This record gives sequence, structure tokens and C-alpha cells, in this order.
Amino acid sequence: MYEKNGEKYFVVDSHMHFWDASRDNWVEGREKYAKGWIDCFYGYHQLAPPKTLWEWDKYLKVSADDLMRDVFEEGHVDKAIFQSTYLKYWYKRGFNTVEQNGAMLEKHPDKFIVNGRWDPRDGDAGLKQLEEDAKRWNLKGVKLYTAEWHENGSRGWKLTDTESYRFLEKCRELGITNIHAHKGPTIWPLNKDAFSMDDVDQAATDFQDLNFIIEHAGIPRIDDFAYMAVQEPNVYAGCSVVIGALMHARPKFFAKVMGELLFWVGEDRLTFGSDYNIWTPKWQIEGLVDWQMPDDEAFTDYPRLTTATKKKILGLNAAKLYGIDVPQECRLPEPPSIPQQPGEQLVDESTPAGAQA
Amino acid sequence: MTLRQDDLHTAVWHALGTVLDPELDEPITDLDFVASCTVSGDGVAAVRLRLPTFFCAPNFSFLMVADAYDAVSAVEGVTRAEIVLEDHHASEEINGGVAAHAGFVETFQGEADADLAQLRRFFLEKAVVAGQDRVARPLVDAGVGPDELAELTLGSAPASPALDRLRERRAALGLPADDGAALLIHPDGSRVSAAQVPLHLRRARLTRLGIETNGEFCKSFLKTRYAHTVGTG
Repeated sequence: MYEKNGEKYFVVDSHMHFWDASRDNWVEGREKYAKGWIDCFYGYHQLAPPKTLWEWDKYLKVSADDLMRDVFEEGHVDKAIFQSTYLKYWYKRGFNTVEQNGAMLEKHPDKFIVNGRWDPRDGDAGLKQLEEDAKRWNLKGVKLYTAEWHENGSRGWKLTDTESYRFLEKCRELGITNIHAHKGPTIWPLNKDAFSMDDVDQAATDFQDLNFIIEHAGIPRIDDFAYMAVQEPNVYAGCSVVIGALMHARPKFFAKVMGELLFWVGEDRLTFGSDYNIWTPKWQIEGLVDWQMPDDEAFTDYPRLTTATKKKILGLNAAKLYGIDVPQECRLPEPPSIPQQPGEQLVDESTPAGAQA
Repeated sequence: MTLRQDDLHTAVWHALGTVLDPELDEPITDLDFVASCTVSGDGVAAVRLRLPTFFCAPNFSFLMVADAYDAVSAVEGVTRAEIVLEDHHASEEINGGVAAHAGFVETFQGEADADLAQLRRFFLEKAVVAGQDRVARPLVDAGVGPDELAELTLGSAPASPALDRLRERRAALGLPADDGAALLIHPDGSRVSAAQVPLHLRRARLTRLGIETNGEFCKSFLKTRYAHTVGTG
């Protein structure tokens, strides 16, 4: 819990990792990909305040003690959700697998939630694995990485692939209701826009009982994401990267991106994620609690953040998605006010005439 | 370097300045994607390109290398263009494909099912939407209302580099770009009505923000990646 000026914030870090990018985990002959990958992440890392930066070698792999200190002791986080990412094409034991994350959960059952993963290209074996993982780790969510390279030569997949729907149906059956989707480059076919949101849009319409949390708010297609999310009530914006990459390094862009997300997606569908180990959570949480939309002219028609807005983003929205019990002192008075999503009203007013705009 | 070579170098640099990152809608020279550019005495132009990350999307990367090749080859006095993309996961395929004049589909056999014209068009359309915000936003800030904005034409909007750029992008897409054409248009070129203006501009601003935020990321990653090597142009 984080307390500031008498206000108590229950913090759910809904998107974080415990990765292993160390050299002995690089697949022989594919070292350049393994290094290229973590170098990309290290580029993001540089966008944090200088005093929070790590040496490259430390960045490859932190210890369990580092994580517990960074996230819980110093980082104010009450509950952290591991998003498993495999990348076994170039990391031998995987980047951060369900097992690696599960080992932390077993040691600290009250601190973590482990999300699983699936890949439609794994077929029946993948479905079976998902069932086992769901049982073993009590899965309530999965992380999907649509740009993952596969041993069969494929460079990615879509949520609308026929096989994907079998997995989404399995999620429904297993009570896995939170689908965290991350879009990345080099998806097949290469001539298409790898970051297109069309498949999320379709899947969210077809599976209205599942929640689709789009990590990084769809960056680099935040425009397509936001305009899709305004029309799909079960689509959420994961604010990992939005806060970590912009709040310190590009404050004006951060203000505009937050303004757009509050306008189109609304404060009830934004969730905080530190994206540890890309960045540590402490400065992000403290920074967001202290942050306000700038007073300059350029920002006047963006919604301002209330204390309630910040409480929702930092933890209450994710707590609702995952059924996490929030201490009474951190809750907001029920029932919540009318959903704050001005964009929806604008779209409604302009439909159908403006629908093609 | 002789004077003629100097001139040729300048001409090659200008040619590179016409090559856009299709996603960011900015010239690769402004983005510092040109690691080096030299012209030899016998007119061979050698250009090394670099990108913000090892995993930048291969389709955009291919377009930039191919466009650079075409632009530099077309410069009078250039006898041969050698364009090389460095430090990228698909460097080998892209460089080989462009040098062999192979299209994208041929270069990435089995991984691409169409060439990139449609992708380029998709992002040019975004640039046209974003460009409308760049031109209209100062007017909105000055209090110009939806009725007036819907009536504005490219000829009656205040002159600015943003307006010129918008005209160029519209012309490239075959959209109306003459003085009498409406400033605010839908992707199909039809006029935006006064009632549609508020949503249209909200979306235009969002699209512009998306492009510009991506640009900020790319610039910082490039700076981190090549902290010790300034592009020499």
C-alpha cells in the first residue's frame, strides 16, 4: 500500500516479470536474437529517471531478493501479477515461464498471481498444457504474445485464427477471464501491419464474457486501440510502458496519452503495470500519485485526474478483474459514479454520420 | 573530395531526404537513420542505414532501404547505389533483396503474401488524418468553430509547412489537393460535415499523437543504441 497526504492507495502491479536473459540461457546459434531482444528492453529502461537505472549485466537477470525488495519492500506493491513470456526460440529455458514465476508464487503465496500463456500453434498439446497450468497455478489470466517466433517457422499469430478461438473457448471453460494481449513486430504475414488491432476487436466482440487487457495501450497503435476500446466495453488499457516510458522521459507526451486514454477508454478501464524488470515500480507509483494534467492551454480539454481516478488505475480496477480483496480503508465509496468516458458520448452523438470519420 | 563530388554528395543527401519512415512520416535524414553516406570519384554512392532497434518491423525497414535505393539511383551522376541496412535481424534478407531488385514477397518467400503498396497506403492515410490536426488545431485554439472548419479549403487555410506537407500526402494518395478542396475530409476524400467535425478532429489529434509518440520512442532508442556514433551523413 502507498500512502500520500492521508490517502491510501492499494497497488496491483498487473503487468510484471521475473525474466532470465542471462548469457547461459541464450540458444546456441541464435545469440543475436537473444541479445537483440534484451537490448531493445534496455533501450526502454533508459527512459526511467537516471538514479533508478541498472547496469546491462544486472538487467539480464535479477535475483529473487532483488525482486522482492524492488517490488514490495521499496515498491509499494500489494499484489503483483506475473505475465509469463516464453520466447524459447532464443531463450533456452524461456524468458519468464509459468514455472519460473510459479516458484516465486509458492514461496510468497500472498504476494503474487501467476498468469499463464498459450500459443495456438501448439495445438492439442498446448490445450492440455493450459489445462494443467490452470489447475496447478489457479490461473485467472493469460498473457498472449502474438509476435512470438515458433519452431515451425511461423513468426506470429492472430487472436482470430481458428485455433486461437479453441484456446479462448478453453479459457472460458477454465474460468480464465483476463486475456492480456501484447502486440509485437514481425508477425506473419510480414507485409501486414504487425500491430493491427483488428483481431482484438473481433475477439472482444465474440467473447464478451472475457476481458481483453491490451498491454502498453496498444502502443505503437494507440490511435487504433483507443478508438476500438471506446466501442468494446470488455477491452482495457494496460498502462505498462505508458507510465514507465513516458512519464519521466516525455512528460508532455505522457500527459497527452493519458488524456486520450481517459477520454476514449475511461478511468474504469485503465490498469497499472510497472513492467518490472524493465523498470522498478516505486518511481512510477509515486510519480503517478503526484501527477496532474498540466495547466497549459494544450491540455485543457483532457479530463483531470482525481484521487479516485488514481486509486482505480493503480489497483482497484485490476483488483476487480482478478477478484482481489481490497482492504476497507483503500476502497472507494460504492456504488461508483457514472463511468467517466467522455469519448463514448462523442461517438454516440456522431453515430452513424461520423462513424466513417 | 572535388567540387563535383561535393555537389553529388549534396544531391544524394537531398535524395535521401525524400525517403520517409512510412510509419513515422518523417525523412530518414531527420531521424538520423543515415549512419554514413559517401560518393566515390566514379559516382558510386554508398549509404549505410541504421534503425532504432534490432527488431524494427522488417516491412518498414524494407521500404526504407528500397526507397533509398530508388532515390539515390535516380540522382544524375550516380553510377551505382549501394544501400546497406546494418544491425537488424533481417539485414541480410533486406540488403540482398533490394540489391537484387527483388520485391518484398520474393525477398521474404513464404513469409509475405503481398507487396507493400497497401501497407504504405495505410500509413499515408494516417498521415493525412494527422496532418488535418496539424493544420486545424491552431485554428480551433483560436476559436474557429465546426461550421467554419467544415467550410475551410486548402486554399483558404493559413499557409504553413504543415499545410504543404498535407497537400503532398493527399496528392500521393490521389485525394483532392487543389486550393478548392476541403481541408477536412474522410479517408475516401469526401467532405466532413459540420456535425462530424468534433469527432473527426478528436480522432485526428489521436492519430497524430500516436505517430508522434512512436517517433519519440524511435528517437530515444536510436540515441541509446548509437550513443557513441553520431551519423556522419
